[in-house]
Amino acid sequence: MLTIKNLQAKVAEKQILNGIDLQVNAGEVHAIMGPNGSGKSTLASVLSGREEYEVTGGEVNFLGKDLLEFSPEVRAREGIFMAFQYPVEIPGVSTINFMKTALNQIRAHRGQQALDAVSFLSLMKEKMKLVEIDQSLLNRSLNQGFSGGEKKRNEIFQMAMLEPKLAILDETDSGLDIDALRIVANGVNKLRNKNNATIVVTHYQRLLDYIVPDFVHVLYKGRIVKSGTKELALELEAKGYDWIKNEVAAV
Amino acid sequence: MNVATKRDLVSELAAVKAKSFSKADETLREESMSFLKQNGLPISKSEEYRFTPITRAIEKEFDSLTQDATASSSKSIDQYLIPGLKANVLVFVNGSYEQSLSKIISNPDHITIKSLSKAIVENAKTVDTILVKKTDLKKDPFSALNTAIWSEGLFIHVPENTEVTEPVFVLHLNEGKGTAHTRIVGLVESNSEVTLIERFESTNTEASFTTIVEEIIVKEDASLNYYKIQNDQGKAIQVCNTFIHQSDRSHVNTFTLTMNGQIIRNNLNIAIDGENCESHFHGLYILNGNTLGDNHTVVDHLKPNSFSNELYKGVMDGSSKGVFNGKIYVRPHAQKTNAFQSNRNVLLTDTATINTKPQLEIWADDVKCSHGCTSGQLDEEALFYLQSRGIGKDAARAMLLYAFALEALETIKDENLKTYFDHLIGERLHKNF
Repeated sequence: MLTIKNLQAKVAEKQILNGIDLQVNAGEVHAIMGPNGSGKSTLASVLSGREEYEVTGGEVNFLGKDLLEFSPEVRAREGIFMAFQYPVEIPGVSTINFMKTALNQIRAHRGQQALDAVSFLSLMKEKMKLVEIDQSLLNRSLNQGFSGGEKKRNEIFQMAMLEPKLAILDETDSGLDIDALRIVANGVNKLRNKNNATIVVTHYQRLLDYIVPDFVHVLYKGRIVKSGTKELALELEAKGYDWIKNEVAAV
Repeated sequence: MNVATKRDLVSELAAVKAKSFSKADETLREESMSFLKQNGLPISKSEEYRFTPITRAIEKEFDSLTQDATASSSKSIDQYLIPGLKANVLVFVNGSYEQSLSKIISNPDHITIKSLSKAIVENAKTVDTILVKKTDLKKDPFSALNTAIWSEGLFIHVPENTEVTEPVFVLHLNEGKGTAHTRIVGLVESNSEVTLIERFESTNTEASFTTIVEEIIVKEDASLNYYKIQNDQGKAIQVCNTFIHQSDRSHVNTFTLTMNGQIIRNNLNIAIDGENCESHFHGLYILNGNTLGDNHTVVDHLKPNSFSNELYKGVMDGSSKGVFNGKIYVRPHAQKTNAFQSNRNVLLTDTATINTKPQLEIWADDVKCSHGCTSGQLDEEALFYLQSRGIGKDAARAMLLYAFALEALETIKDENLKTYFDHLIGERLHKNF
């Protein structure tokens, strides 16, 4: 589904990614871990098309297309979804109106007709249950005054609505208490199927107790320095990132 | 153009005695004209007009301040009416009252609406008090100009204890090149309520120069909802001087929407001359091309225990210019005043500008006052967030701008009106969702 080859990127003249290689297939969950400043969030940002990140080399192929050619909105329409680490508050735009616009623009891209109000509402109701989010929250301005947990649940709600092929969860566990974490992870797990894939970007192993990855990659200094299965995450948790740093230094 | 030419326009005007409708009116016109002769129209050095070169624009287009326009005879005003709103409709074309296009539907016991030239004779006692006492002509040269030469206007009178359910909708239509000087005098007696809507439109893009003066007295326990749509096209130059006087426990809500024209200048003057008043002054200017939209407001707290809240928002595209100057005075006796002001602007291009200046002068010591102004681009982070969900950049921009603008509509109570303003703003911002 997603093939990243030797991806290099910089932001504000600072080189962050120094050659990432990653293959993600349908049905898989990949965890990207790494110490602060290793380039985890940069990778997520580059994949979702943030303008301030400049790709300086390498390629990203998504479902046979050159992803880097696309604007952020086209990436989303092609099936990429990023759950933000810090979802933006947008006063005056309700989640419902926003989702309706987004969904219909994505449907138009896929050659589907816009959903009428009734179908949209019933779809919404169905997805709301998944993340245990209340409609009153969705009537309000997008994320405005939401708690950390509510914001993250709203991210997963949007993901459920848009049914992406590849979801990238950027530090979704940050700022969540254990109950919120469980609800969010449950939502993600229910959305998993053999046709979609998930990349979980996280600093801590904790989230991976709930969203169990097929593969774990450790990012350090802009490269994937170690890959393994979920056991690698546990090892990291036990030994800390210094272990990786020392290993890299030794090479 | 130079100063000499400017003087010429005024002196030429002063040489011809303007038509007056009563003795008091005549005196007032003479006073105003002599003030104008002495002071002239504002030049670029005038503090109040330093960002708004209006005199130069008038001189460029007009040889006379009272140039008549030629209006075509057949016209439909349907496109300017607010759908679903049952209102009294009063139409002025190039400053002349068009009875055939106007329609008063309210019960005459609930409201008096008549041409000002008629009212100045028939309701002399009431009109004279308002005309003479309440307007400080020297506040603005264009207010003085209007007082000296206004040709027609409206008188609106709501008696005590009356809620007028049908709004008063005044359409000012510009047709062809010319000038118009119109005046509205309103009196809302105690414990009454009325909604006044003024809409400015043009049928073509030719130059026009319009001055409007509105003087509205809002008595004890009375409410005024006052909305304005300024959508003149092309080379329209307009100065609105609004004077509102509030008595005890009165409520005033204003909303001014400015969209098109060459130079649109609003001077909104509110005298909160009563206790326990509540007032909301909102404005929204959505400008593009070379339009200059200038809002000068003065909220004068003269008595204790009143509340005022002012919110002006602007979206500037193209090479448009926004100007906001908000004065709040809290007089020595006006203790326990709550006065708030906010001006927020979004600039969409490098060539659009905004000049904003809050001016608070507070002489009382036990008050709560605040002000703030911001200007900047659209929030890139918010834009990216919307795009990352599949919403195209243009639609995302429109969505954010629309949300930004909509806050200014909060003072509008009538649902039909609110929906209509919402629609106008959505259309203006190319909302397509």
